Amino acid sequence: MFKTLRQIARIGNVTEKPPVADDELRVREALEHRIREVLGRALCIRQVDAGSCNGCELEIHALGNPLYNIESLGIRFVASPRHADLLLVTGPVSRHMEVALRRTYDATPDPKLVVAVGDCGVCGGIYGAGYASLGAVSNVIPVDVVVPGCPPSPTRILQGILTAIAPARAKPAPNTK
Amino acid sequence: MPGAPGLRAIEVDVSAWRDVAQDVAASGGRLLSLWGTTTTPSGPTVAVVVLLPDGAVAITVRLDGQEARCPGIEDVFTVAGRMQRAMRDMNGIQSTDPDTRPWLRHAAWPANAYPLASGAMPPPLPAPVDDYAFVRVEGDGVHEIAVGPVHAGIIEPGHFRFSVVGEKVLRLEERLGYVHKGIERRFTELPLLEGHRLAARVCGDSAVAFSWAYAQALEGMAGMTIPPRAAWLRALALELERAANHLGDLGALGNDAGFAFGLSQFLRLKEGLLRATERALGQRYLLDFVVPGGTRADLSRDGVATLDEIARSLALEVRRMREIYEEHPGVRDRFVTTGAVEPELAVRLGLIGLAGRASGQSFDLRVDLPCEPYVSLAAQKCVRSEGDVLARVTVRFDELLESLRLVLAILARLPAGEHAAAVEPPGEGISGIGMIEGWRGPVAVALETGPRGTIRRCHPHDPSWNNWPVLEHAIIGNIVPDFPLINKSFNLSYSGQDL
Repeated sequence: MFKTLRQIARIGNVTEKPPVADDELRVREALEHRIREVLGRALCIRQVDAGSCNGCELEIHALGNPLYNIESLGIRFVASPRHADLLLVTGPVSRHMEVALRRTYDATPDPKLVVAVGDCGVCGGIYGAGYASLGAVSNVIPVDVVVPGCPPSPTRILQGILTAIAPARAKPAPNTK
Repeated sequence: MPGAPGLRAIEVDVSAWRDVAQDVAASGGRLLSLWGTTTTPSGPTVAVVVLLPDGAVAITVRLDGQEARCPGIEDVFTVAGRMQRAMRDMNGIQSTDPDTRPWLRHAAWPANAYPLASGAMPPPLPAPVDDYAFVRVEGDGVHEIAVGPVHAGIIEPGHFRFSVVGEKVLRLEERLGYVHKGIERRFTELPLLEGHRLAARVCGDSAVAFSWAYAQALEGMAGMTIPPRAAWLRALALELERAANHLGDLGALGNDAGFAFGLSQFLRLKEGLLRATERALGQRYLLDFVVPGGTRADLSRDGVATLDEIARSLALEVRRMREIYEEHPGVRDRFVTTGAVEPELAVRLGLIGLAGRASGQSFDLRVDLPCEPYVSLAAQKCVRSEGDVLARVTVRFDELLESLRLVLAILARLPAGEHAAAVEPPGEGISGIGMIEGWRGPVAVALETGPRGTIRRCHPHDPSWNNWPVLEHAIIGNIVPDFPLINKSFNLSYSGQDL
């Protein structure tokens, strides 16, 4: 017990500053700003591996480490889609996971957001689409934000999640001349 | 045979196959991998790699061209069962063993279409969910718990069917294949000199092991020797990959035993290692580091200093954490005797790799069939015989510290020179097999060339094939709430076996 306490004291708080939202990652604008603000204070994420090589999952795991410390931002991973506001989906979507992914999406209450993670989730990656793979997540369910990379870094994934719940950049004012 | 050192090749006729398999088993051999090929002009074959106490043998079984059937050997090597079923799904080569249920094929393609035969695949079936015949356990108070394919954590998908009485598990049956994405067929669409990229993505946590095994096969087939510095850099990458996986899993094992402190500490250490790896070698996870002929990047003097520093500090911190784990009565209580696989059972079921070494199965390619630089590095084997979660945790601690020692040794002795050489692609119809000890166990990649720098057949083998069936035994008699802990102590790959 003493060694455990000493270790906690020795390491202290190592959490780093989170990244800011990046509008470049947004592909769809479906939610009202008001709802996004509500979700932003306590976001529940259900992660779905729909066919990944497990590389993206390793980096998603890292979000929970004390440096990224995703829970300190009010964001946590939950065990059921019925408790989730956002699905974090890796791909490519295998045909054998297509139904499970659709059912998971349907089980997630509205309003909901989907973030596709990794090159394979974004476009099918090196596996592409074929007899066993449907490629991009957006071929199966609607996607709001994409995070490319193989695998994307935890910072980039966190940025994707924060973008999904951040208010969109104001549209340029219409030309009134 | 080109590729892994000490690998011999023999050919047998289909009529002699069962006798040969029995001879291999009688002389202490174990089956690593089995796969089929139907696209070779000389006719369909079943290929098998067996590990013997004094080397490895690649056996090619020539089938009778008229009938794509092969004598089953599940009674000789239990582990062959699922591989034979997968061979039927992928190539249409049917074994004579009684379990004829599909394994990798669910309902995405019809039973009479074979993804690894030449030609286009038919369009997918309209009903993408099938009915799988699980074995039912009947009796007073027996009920089933069905878990997956979408699991409750950040984990790969698969289905587990538990038959339980109260909280005690009577039987577990796994059903995998959910992340089958057509990797073997995809290989045949890639140029030979690009295949290493897909190999690295067979199983993302073993990217270095798979891409090195691919490159080893290819370089052997091309008759070339890579520069010494390239081999040492690959070993550096492989040990960094092993260390990163062990750090993550040791944390998760503490967490599954109710000790969240362990998870946050080990994930902090892992993050430090990944950042140092990125600074030194360009990527956190080395998915693109190994290329045919060598490595993509060289290691600078600053990189050497970065990795030297992190390896030294990790060795200290891991020893500190080990003491905390060992002295924590609650953690110890959860680890001891949980999920035990006795050495006798391990032999019978063919348990290999890290989990095998925790059950007395002393085999490690780095020691038993070493390629360079392991010949000069003299890696130490870490073996226990209890076979429970504690033994697997102990082997992980030992192997983690050994990997850190190897990293320091490699950095100190890294030869000068080029880090890559040009590869002249071998001609048509050449085969080779690369074998590398990944963090889970021996990874193998079998490669055969087609015309003009193409891939005719590539079969990647993850040791999870060998160990998934043993997990079904490890859980028997344990309670359901211990399953996550037992499962994590093996941490087998879904993607690596689903292909």
